[in-house]
Amino acid sequence: MVREENIMKDRWIALYVENQVGVLAKVSGLFSGKSYNLQSLTVGTTEDETVSRMTICVTSDDITFEQIKKQLNRMVEVIKVIDLTDVPIHMKEILFAKVLRVNAAEKEEVFQIAQVFNVQVADIGNDSVLLECKLTAHRNNELIALLKIEI
Amino acid sequence: MDITGRKLFVKALQEEGVDTIFGYPGGTVTDLFDELYKQDEIEIVLPRHEQGLLHEAEGYAKSTGKVGVCLVTSGPGATNIMTGLADAHYDNIPLVCFTGQVPLSLIGNDAFQEVDIVGMTRSITKYGVTVRDRKDLGKIIKMAFHIASTGKPGPVLIDLPKDIQTASGPAEYPDSVQIRGYKPNESVHIGQLKKAYKLLKSAKKPLILAGGGVNIAKANELLKEFADKMNVPVVTTIMGKGAIATTHPLYIGNTGMHGKYASNKAVSECDVLFSIGTRFNDRITGDLNEFAPKAKIVHIDVDTASISRNVVVDVPIVSDAKLALEKLLEWAEPKDTAAWQERIKAWDEKNPLEMRRDRGMTPQMIMEHINHTFDEAVFVTDVGQNQMWATQYLDIDEKRQMITSGGLGTMGFGFPAAIGAKIGNRNTEVVCVTGDGGFQMNIQEMATAIVQGTPVIICLLNNQYLGMVRQMQQLFYGKRYSAVCLRKRRSCPANCKGPNEACPPYTPDFVALAESYGAHGIRVEREEDIQAALDKARTYKDAPTVIEFLISSDEIVLPMVKGGNPMSEMILK
Repeated sequence: MVREENIMKDRWIALYVENQVGVLAKVSGLFSGKSYNLQSLTVGTTEDETVSRMTICVTSDDITFEQIKKQLNRMVEVIKVIDLTDVPIHMKEILFAKVLRVNAAEKEEVFQIAQVFNVQVADIGNDSVLLECKLTAHRNNELIALLKIEI
Repeated sequence: MDITGRKLFVKALQEEGVDTIFGYPGGTVTDLFDELYKQDEIEIVLPRHEQGLLHEAEGYAKSTGKVGVCLVTSGPGATNIMTGLADAHYDNIPLVCFTGQVPLSLIGNDAFQEVDIVGMTRSITKYGVTVRDRKDLGKIIKMAFHIASTGKPGPVLIDLPKDIQTASGPAEYPDSVQIRGYKPNESVHIGQLKKAYKLLKSAKKPLILAGGGVNIAKANELLKEFADKMNVPVVTTIMGKGAIATTHPLYIGNTGMHGKYASNKAVSECDVLFSIGTRFNDRITGDLNEFAPKAKIVHIDVDTASISRNVVVDVPIVSDAKLALEKLLEWAEPKDTAAWQERIKAWDEKNPLEMRRDRGMTPQMIMEHINHTFDEAVFVTDVGQNQMWATQYLDIDEKRQMITSGGLGTMGFGFPAAIGAKIGNRNTEVVCVTGDGGFQMNIQEMATAIVQGTPVIICLLNNQYLGMVRQMQQLFYGKRYSAVCLRKRRSCPANCKGPNEACPPYTPDFVALAESYGAHGIRVEREEDIQAALDKARTYKDAPTVIEFLISSDEIVLPMVKGGNPMSEMILK
């Protein structure tokens, strides 16, 4: 039987770090060096220019996740580690989907899908449509699946 | 008034109270050496190889408690210190290492002797940084000393581009520094500690497991008092050896892969394992599922990340060993552990560490003589069988210290570390226990020992093999001695099964080699000559002595637990 704490799942961490050369390499190096499973990592400067914020998604079990947080915390360059598990957060994924080689009828279909999914048409070409989708990751995946079937 | 970076560098070291710097010059650090030439407060120790340099700084730092300071050039100078950095990082030795770097404008251009040393050492230093702005230099050096010496100590690397050394900037060296991402733990959770204490108090078969953290925190005296007051037996890891005097009645011995039978037995049978300052390395636990199977485990460690990583514990406590023990001592009350102690004693009598006297000179006898000869000393070991014999048999107490490469297991560590220990403790005898493999990995430091006038006594256990690997081949690989014989030449048969009459002579001749450096050399082949050799070596105050003990190639370290097996499955004979 798989114990609850051994289940692998996606978890999110927000990290405030010193905005210095090499910090990104150090953080990402921790994941490769210790064989942690990094799903995604974004980084940008905050309103305080000396501080950067990283948003990290990892796939891990409970024990590894605890270890990851501890290892991040002991880095001198890491100012704060925030565990986003079980806290109310607003999460959106931005997806740009370019639908190619569409004729007039198919374009119409794409517009309908865009309307239903409530996403923006960012650009239109001769035979292409660019959709800008700011949805949940799950909803974006559904949209991709639909576009694949329909068009 | 503004001053140059090189001037601030020397000023900073002086204000930190640095008296010795381990340095090897080169193109990108010539300015710094030029500045050091102009003063006489800080002495420069010039080794013969940068790896030796780093181990010397480790031995110096470990034996004095001060921060070891290193200065090497860019490129190969920097890469040569990497093994030592990893060693210091693993064994938590406080070092501040300066590496030269090509000028800022050349970084990234594949300039002569350019390497990204900060990038290369990210995972083997506590902190590393390239100085990119002259005005930050003072703050960065202050940070380095602070980070290296506080919390769980470790090596810090400062990469100094050549133009930063010559650029002018602020003359101030700060008194203190605030680092928002670095807050070493300075308190202990009383509730958790009380819970741990109650557990220990209620135990019928309690056991204290002391790791290197107790030695680093200098909590030895407190540990002794605590164990004494509560009558709890103590086992140690190799790094924890000396946490309580090895002659103390409550001390059982080392635990782990080459631990004593009674120690491993006690860990397997205890009902509360009260561990302080250990990371539960695989060499200590063996098969994790079978580790201390009957025990509730208390784990006190200063590093949050060490807790519940390898072993799932019942009471985790993040604290410095000293802080926790001070508090525990306030509560400590005597408890009756007589029956439990009797059981441990019976195990020890059944399978003590062996001391055979029926087969000539053994490494165990040599350790016994060292124990009887030196009252106050620093013992430094290399890595391998020599290390295991030393850590099993040498007596360590308040006056005798043990320095060894426990985590990384760096062959070549012992001899330079002994030189460093002697430089830091010129009035204390320093004994290096080493093997013929490891000694040759940094043998060039003989010259350093001569020029430094460090009369280290080198007990070289020459079994003509890389013995620890040979032992594994003997026990688990059908005596296929692959690439471990140091006598083997191209003329030898490929599938040699061990020493025989046709073996070529050993090279080098260690006695002649020592003498060629201007050191002393003594060769010992019989037990009767051990004492005389040690006594003779102690009379030499000018230069080191190599005592080459010719021991049997077949000597193996026992007991032994095969890697990954449960600690209760010991090979005893």
